[in-house]
Amino acid sequence: MSDTTILNREDMVTAKNSVSVLFAGDSGDGMQLTGTQFANTVAVYGSDLNTFPNFPSEIRPPAGTVAGVSGFQLQFGTSSVYTPGAKFDVMIAMNAAALKANLANLHHGGIIITDTDGFDAKNLKLSGYGEENNPLRDGTLKDYTVFEIPVVSLTRTALAETGLSTKNIDRCKNMFVLGVLYWLYSLPLETTIKTLKTKFAKKLDLAEANIKAVTAGYNFGDETEMFSQHGRFSVAPADKKPGLYRRVTGNEASAIGLAAAAKKAGLNLFLGSYPITPATEILQTLAGLKKWGVKTFQAEDEIAGVLSSIGAAYGGALAATNTSGPGLALKSEGLGLAVILEIPLVIINVMRGGPSTGLPTKPEQSDLLMAMYGRHGDAPMPVIAAKSPVDCFYAAYEAAKIAVEYMTPVLCLTDGYLALSSEPMLVPSPDELASITPVFSPARKADDPPYLPYKRDDRAVRPWAKPGTPGLEHRIGGLEKQHETGNVSHDPANHELMTKLRAEKVARVADIIPDLTIDNGPENGDVLVLGWGSTYGAIKKAVEQALEGGCSVAHAHLRYINPFPKNLGEVMGHYKKVLIPENNCGQLLSMIRDKFLIEPVGFSKVQGLPFNEMEIEAKITDILKEL
Amino acid sequence: MTDTLAQLTAKDFTSNQEPKWCPGCGDFAVLQQLKNAMADLGLKTEEVVVVSGIGCSSRLPYYIATYGVHGIHGRALAMASGLKTARPELSVWVGTGDGDALSIGGNHYIHTVRRNLDLNVILFNNEIYGLTKGQYSPTSKVGLRTVTSPNGVVDHPINTAALTLGAGGTFFARVMDRDGKIMREIFKRAAEHKGTSLVEIYQNCPIFNDGAFEPFTDKDRKADTTLYLEQGKPLVFGKNNDKGIRLDGFTPVIVDLGDSSVSQDDLWIHDEKDFIKANMLARFFDDPDASEDFLPRPFGIFYVEDRYTYESALSAQIEKAQENGEGTLEELLAGSNTWTIG
Ligand SMILES: Cc1ncc(C[n+]2csc(CCOP(=O)(O)OP(=O)(O)O)c2C)c(N)n1
Ligand code: SF4
Ligand SMILES: [Mg+2]
Repeated sequence: MSDTTILNREDMVTAKNSVSVLFAGDSGDGMQLTGTQFANTVAVYGSDLNTFPNFPSEIRPPAGTVAGVSGFQLQFGTSSVYTPGAKFDVMIAMNAAALKANLANLHHGGIIITDTDGFDAKNLKLSGYGEENNPLRDGTLKDYTVFEIPVVSLTRTALAETGLSTKNIDRCKNMFVLGVLYWLYSLPLETTIKTLKTKFAKKLDLAEANIKAVTAGYNFGDETEMFSQHGRFSVAPADKKPGLYRRVTGNEASAIGLAAAAKKAGLNLFLGSYPITPATEILQTLAGLKKWGVKTFQAEDEIAGVLSSIGAAYGGALAATNTSGPGLALKSEGLGLAVILEIPLVIINVMRGGPSTGLPTKPEQSDLLMAMYGRHGDAPMPVIAAKSPVDCFYAAYEAAKIAVEYMTPVLCLTDGYLALSSEPMLVPSPDELASITPVFSPARKADDPPYLPYKRDDRAVRPWAKPGTPGLEHRIGGLEKQHETGNVSHDPANHELMTKLRAEKVARVADIIPDLTIDNGPENGDVLVLGWGSTYGAIKKAVEQALEGGCSVAHAHLRYINPFPKNLGEVMGHYKKVLIPENNCGQLLSMIRDKFLIEPVGFSKVQGLPFNEMEIEAKITDILKEL
Repeated sequence: MTDTLAQLTAKDFTSNQEPKWCPGCGDFAVLQQLKNAMADLGLKTEEVVVVSGIGCSSRLPYYIATYGVHGIHGRALAMASGLKTARPELSVWVGTGDGDALSIGGNHYIHTVRRNLDLNVILFNNEIYGLTKGQYSPTSKVGLRTVTSPNGVVDHPINTAALTLGAGGTFFARVMDRDGKIMREIFKRAAEHKGTSLVEIYQNCPIFNDGAFEPFTDKDRKADTTLYLEQGKPLVFGKNNDKGIRLDGFTPVIVDLGDSSVSQDDLWIHDEKDFIKANMLARFFDDPDASEDFLPRPFGIFYVEDRYTYESALSAQIEKAQENGEGTLEELLAGSNTWTIG
């Protein structure tokens, strides 16, 4: 432990397996930063963790109001943590509005740490509680453990001698709270102190002040009688695989996955994109990777986003475009072109609540059928889905591999929940990543037979011809092409042949994708919970708990939605019932019904919120009762 | 570039596909002059990509023996932008129609022009939708009767020159389809210009809009209705070069050069680098059929500006970022903030 922390009292320490914490305050209170600090500390400490930010939807909402509350939720623990937690165990409420906005999601009996200075008359009024209904006084919180700390006053006292302005001192109040929390969960201060020193390297007085504040908070925990009854808690580090780790959000992971795929394939990455929530950070992250030669093109709209990518792919780049639902709709015609041109292209669609602007900041899984079928003509393309923030890296990487090796656009689905959540990622070494092998046609001489841009190999894949290569000059486009030559052809039989060949090529991707495995639970049994995408964490937990409760239930998660793994039908056949939870009205459900002529049980949640494990576990129990 | 021995001819740029345009279509002339210009420029077939959208004119790539992509309606410029950004060393040409570029693709037009990618854009303006059989287009004249405007067009037409300059274009030229020699030279100037070169061709569609440009091609009227721009030369036109244009303050006025009180020295001298004057020329957009009092329609190069290209600026940023070496895959995977467990 650092020398800045002095333990002067032997406290009772209760061990916990996992804890879910919410940092909530006004947008100006620095809650994202505070939460991030806490996350970094527990990560370095060795915990497993998962974080999720909850911003107000307006950029500058009125201070002190419920609309202005910014939250950062995280769960850390000793054994696998897959979600930020359905409900939280601890809530930091920097003001009355933060309490009001989040109380419903606090576990019964949970801990509330408040800044009493944020419950003055003004804050009570702005929060909507009203001065006369102070929740700290009127019994609202009788079922919870409340620690009332005059944070602003204590911070001012602690930093009185720094010579900083009151305004600057008050900015350190979040660090004070962080210090209290570190004490409460027996965590070290080092990571935060180190970060503060780097962050304020050029403003030493601010670094000093922030370090003082976090230390003062820690010491406050140590000295105050407030916690003596409850003592402190400890969460042992997780038994994680040794190695180098970093923390990534899903969007960062998607971006890095694309850049890594390009490097591995020896191609240049091009991203054509138009900003849209919650997909924008992919463009932002890649725009910052110029050192790796990444070219980003912020197009005038999503149509130009996909078309510029098609142009770049024709030019021999690893091309990608990213968007969310409304943008995917705009790209749809362009995707038809990519299908008929048979060029590699990765489309990352970060799903959000729809239709139209819908719930732009909330996750949903409702673009699955658009990804599958939302194009004119018979235009199949591989569709894959990421199941966790880290998995966004592998999904994007794999999408690029399939695109390049099968000369096809590939749609990679993530969602707003994965996009913004973060978790630790074991940094892979370059040789652990699968190879990606583009096949460019070699140059030809004048007396070679004519180049055949649509001559397919035994997987029905055509070659990639890079402009600039002598002897491969050829003209292709959106018009139907003659088999092998690629010349325009209106021949009826040829169109049917080409339509079938394009479909066959996509279907053959099934030859390289792994079989579906059972993630958890018995190989045969009563219920199989079949998920896809971001429902992974909630299903995983729910099935874990149901298994502990003695239920005959298993979990399998689909990464490959088109084509399905070859053994999917067989796997489903080993259970009496298949349960498909989705954040939509049953889109995978109808695909499964359509393809396998079985009657799975659907379970929908379309509230702009992810499932929580309790909901899924309850559904499993219901089904078992009916069997 | 290529040595003289290896220099290709227009024939080498001719693909094995027969053009499918209607007999007499203005597109044939453009195709021929483009191939001539490519040969004159000493280009190699493998270093050229011709990109297009959809329309009769957008069939262009199929007939040129270089690389080519025929895209989707309106999106040629977006596709070409991605290609040029990814592969700055290629010579990228775009063939697009008035509907393709200015209607469905209008947004891409504005943004491509302002970004100034080094693209050579040939805008086939026939003031009609040819491929879909004769509906009016955004450049059709008011009053034109077509299948979708049986009572005459009421839409006010787009002035391509003004739009291009307004959007921040760095090269604009206008050519009549039958002026082959001029077209060939202008294509070469367009190719040499580093930036988005916009060449608007007045292209006759004998099937659906025959004679749309007759006021400018009719041999009896042409001298009075057209103005051929030449760098450093005064604006002179008319049957015996007897008319000139003089600036009276900000107002262009037609003067009679036969009048002894008028001297050549008073005339407006064409300067392709002069943005203000180019904008005024763009406003020489009168319809000679509509009134006696009209300014002649300019042809030739209106405006040329040296400005950095999008792709060169982006490449420079990448070079700068790689000053101390390119990032490795290891560095990419690890990022800047890691910790070790175990
Ligand atoms: C998305 C879409 N909308 C409409 C069309 C139909 N369409 C094809 S070409 C065209 C207009 C062509 O006019 P223009 O661009 O002026 O080219 P031209 O045929 O006159 O050379 C239209 C409306 C299409 N192919 N795609
Ligand atoms: S319809 Fe008009 S523009 Fe199209 S090919 Fe025929 S003549 Fe040319
Ligand atoms: Mg036209």
